[in-house]
Amino acid sequence: MAEMIKVGMADLNICHSPNAITTLGLGSCVGVALYDKTTQIAGLVHVMLPDSTKVRQNQNKAKFADTGIDLLIQMLAKEGVRRQSLTAKIAGGAQMFAFSSDNYMLRVGERNVEAVKMKLRSLGIRILAEDTGLNYGRTVEFFPATGDFVIKAVGKPVRTI
Amino acid sequence: MDDIQFDVLTEIGNIGAGNATTALSQLIDTKVDMNVPKVEMLTFTEFSELVGGAENLVAGILLSLEGDVDGMMMFVVESKAAHMLVNQLMGLGSPSDVNNKDFSDIEESALKEIGNIIAGAYLSSISSLTNMLITSSVPYLAVDMAGAIFSVPAIEFGKMGDKALLIESRFTDLDVDISGYFILIPTLESYNKMLKSLGL
Repeated sequence: MAEMIKVGMADLNICHSPNAITTLGLGSCVGVALYDKTTQIAGLVHVMLPDSTKVRQNQNKAKFADTGIDLLIQMLAKEGVRRQSLTAKIAGGAQMFAFSSDNYMLRVGERNVEAVKMKLRSLGIRILAEDTGLNYGRTVEFFPATGDFVIKAVGKPVRTI
Repeated sequence: MDDIQFDVLTEIGNIGAGNATTALSQLIDTKVDMNVPKVEMLTFTEFSELVGGAENLVAGILLSLEGDVDGMMMFVVESKAAHMLVNQLMGLGSPSDVNNKDFSDIEESALKEIGNIIAGAYLSSISSLTNMLITSSVPYLAVDMAGAIFSVPAIEFGKMGDKALLIESRFTDLDVDISGYFILIPTLESYNKMLKSLGL
């Protein structure tokens, strides 16, 4: 029986086929799934903040887009996965509340998505698909056997990207 | 965050939640009992698992703070409990189904108003305690998965450390048991200002 590995907020993990990996209720956070098709190994990081260099309390690497993605790549490398063979799928980064003001603090979802994209671009990792932004929460599941990234939201049909 | 700072935030939370509960009681014209609020430091994962798990449907009412304190304040209840509160406030002859996922426009307004009033009571007690002027924005409402709603305050706490401070108040209103969560998130700067004005 295949297992579903759970990743918490500001957390990360890796997963081998036929198992799958999930994170529940992404809001303004971003779920970044990295995947190597050949070995069918995937990793998932639940990023909360865009930039570790802007925050003094930055010990927890999984919390940030920059250090979280780096750490995930290191974990995958230990399994023999090369960075060059990785592709990415990302989801989340919603703006949960419809603020009228453009308060910087409140637009963190958008900034998280931008930071993730910038980090992946700098590493030369291609984003194959994304389901980001808008105003609702998402639960995501990644299946390394197929490369499917399944996205569930309240009151919406299940989407596979 | 050290022990003293934790104690201070705890005390602020206790006082704020007490006032907010009184305001809620007056608003829905029902005797509302409140237990001693539970104050905890939680990891982000624990935080997002509150109120019945990360995927449970909840209503979150959020106000951004202005004045001497920048930050946000949030009030979270289970969607079902939110329906109960609204039904009680509006005194509907045929209350809407508490299991309904959606809220009508007028129910949303009522819910925001509930959030507004109790948040106001919460904030005014903090205001007088710290001698600081705290005003709040209009209330914003979102009904979604608990994990997604809690991600908003969690991210703010994330800038300060790896844990989030939560004040849980359980209201008991006649035959229904309603759990509500108050979350106060001053920005790091404002938080230091608050501590300073309290002489810490």
